[in-house]
Amino acid sequence: MARDYSLLGPDAKRAVESGLAAAEWYHTDLPRKEMKALMQRADQPAIRDTFILFGCMVLFAGIGIALWPSWWSAPFWLAYGVLYGSAMDSRWHECSHGTAFKTRQYNDWLYQVACFCMIRNPVSWRWSHARHHTDTIIVGRDPEIAVMRPPALFRIFLNFFGIIDAWHGWGRMLYNASGRIHPEEADYIPESEQPKAIRVARIWTAIYAATILLALVTWSLLPLMVIGLPRLYGAWHHIMTGLMQHGGLADNVTDHRLNSRTVYINPISRFIYWNMNYHVEHHMYPMVPYHRLPELHEAIKHDLPAPNPSIWAAYAEMWPVLKRQLAYEDFFLKRELPASAKPYREDFHASALGAAAE
Amino acid sequence: MAWIDACATDEIDEEDLIRFDHDGKTFAIYHAPDGAFYCTDGLCTHEKVHLEDGLVMEYEIECPKHNATFDYRTGEALRAPACVNLNTYSVKIEAGRVMIEV
Repeated sequence: MARDYSLLGPDAKRAVESGLAAAEWYHTDLPRKEMKALMQRADQPAIRDTFILFGCMVLFAGIGIALWPSWWSAPFWLAYGVLYGSAMDSRWHECSHGTAFKTRQYNDWLYQVACFCMIRNPVSWRWSHARHHTDTIIVGRDPEIAVMRPPALFRIFLNFFGIIDAWHGWGRMLYNASGRIHPEEADYIPESEQPKAIRVARIWTAIYAATILLALVTWSLLPLMVIGLPRLYGAWHHIMTGLMQHGGLADNVTDHRLNSRTVYINPISRFIYWNMNYHVEHHMYPMVPYHRLPELHEAIKHDLPAPNPSIWAAYAEMWPVLKRQLAYEDFFLKRELPASAKPYREDFHASALGAAAE
Repeated sequence: MAWIDACATDEIDEEDLIRFDHDGKTFAIYHAPDGAFYCTDGLCTHEKVHLEDGLVMEYEIECPKHNATFDYRTGEALRAPACVNLNTYSVKIEAGRVMIEV
């Protein structure tokens, strides 16, 4: 049967009836003392990273503006764009968990900035991401499934340039600014929070209107190169890393080892992605801050499938699965566990697991 | 309402919590950094995840699933996705035992 990813459709109803929604998930055992130590918050790592991030953004945009409209400005815009349209994705994510900084206000400030850059309403997306963690890759429940089945490869390609996401983001911003909440948003945002989503959308609409007005008055693309367009020309990195998180793996299971992927990546990408390459670990223990994820990985890797050794290796693993899913959408990759791991609960997942490649 | 013997004071590390189940209900008992003890409902008001694996930071408890935060002294919800406060219960210490009134 074809999957229906709508949050109000038959798969959503089935997930609730079968107990897949809001289920108990598998966790690797870790002593409480060790877990407590890993969960401890700190301001220093994220303050350092935020200064580097904003410093580089000011520098690259400044050089881009100085060299504009020469093509010599292009590399600086590309670098600025990746920080605006991709690094802000990971900042949005970490701050939505409240784990980037120890000080709550710092989390909230960076969260608001990152949400603006990524065109993600800070209210709606906080709730959608909470649902993503409750019902990770549960069809009809998770509103953040990036690779659906069968995979819409052209949509994914367009999203490397931010086209679908930005179109949706700006569309939803205008929709919310008109005083309305979409029925799917209403499924996961409490009524008491909905006016906040509308207020933010109106503020953003005003900022975009001012930017467009400035571009028209100066008859220059430059204001939009700084605000708005980098969401398109800088999106590729967060799509590249984001697709690896769950692409080609199982859906409708309650064990993150089956539906999430950990990948070893280069240090620059890790800075941009804020260590979310440790994705099984993050889903299993979302309270562990990004800067402690490598330690968490060391502590529980005996119980997880082997990480992919590089981005290239992750795509080499994922691509054939996605191609196969075009014809047969129940196909997915089930990765082997090491001998030291607790086995997958086949009995529990039998109905969902279907035909897997190993 | 009755006072129930929940645990020994030394069963809970400072700035930590334990789970306590009684009569079909589940509670969270906290040992605050100032040495005081507190008790709330055990389940987060957002999606009923148990708080026992959460993180106690000074006088706040953070839910392990979605990072909702509460002041465990008052039960006040401090951070989304929780919007509803936790119920709190009176606590007293008698002969090294934590007693809760439920």
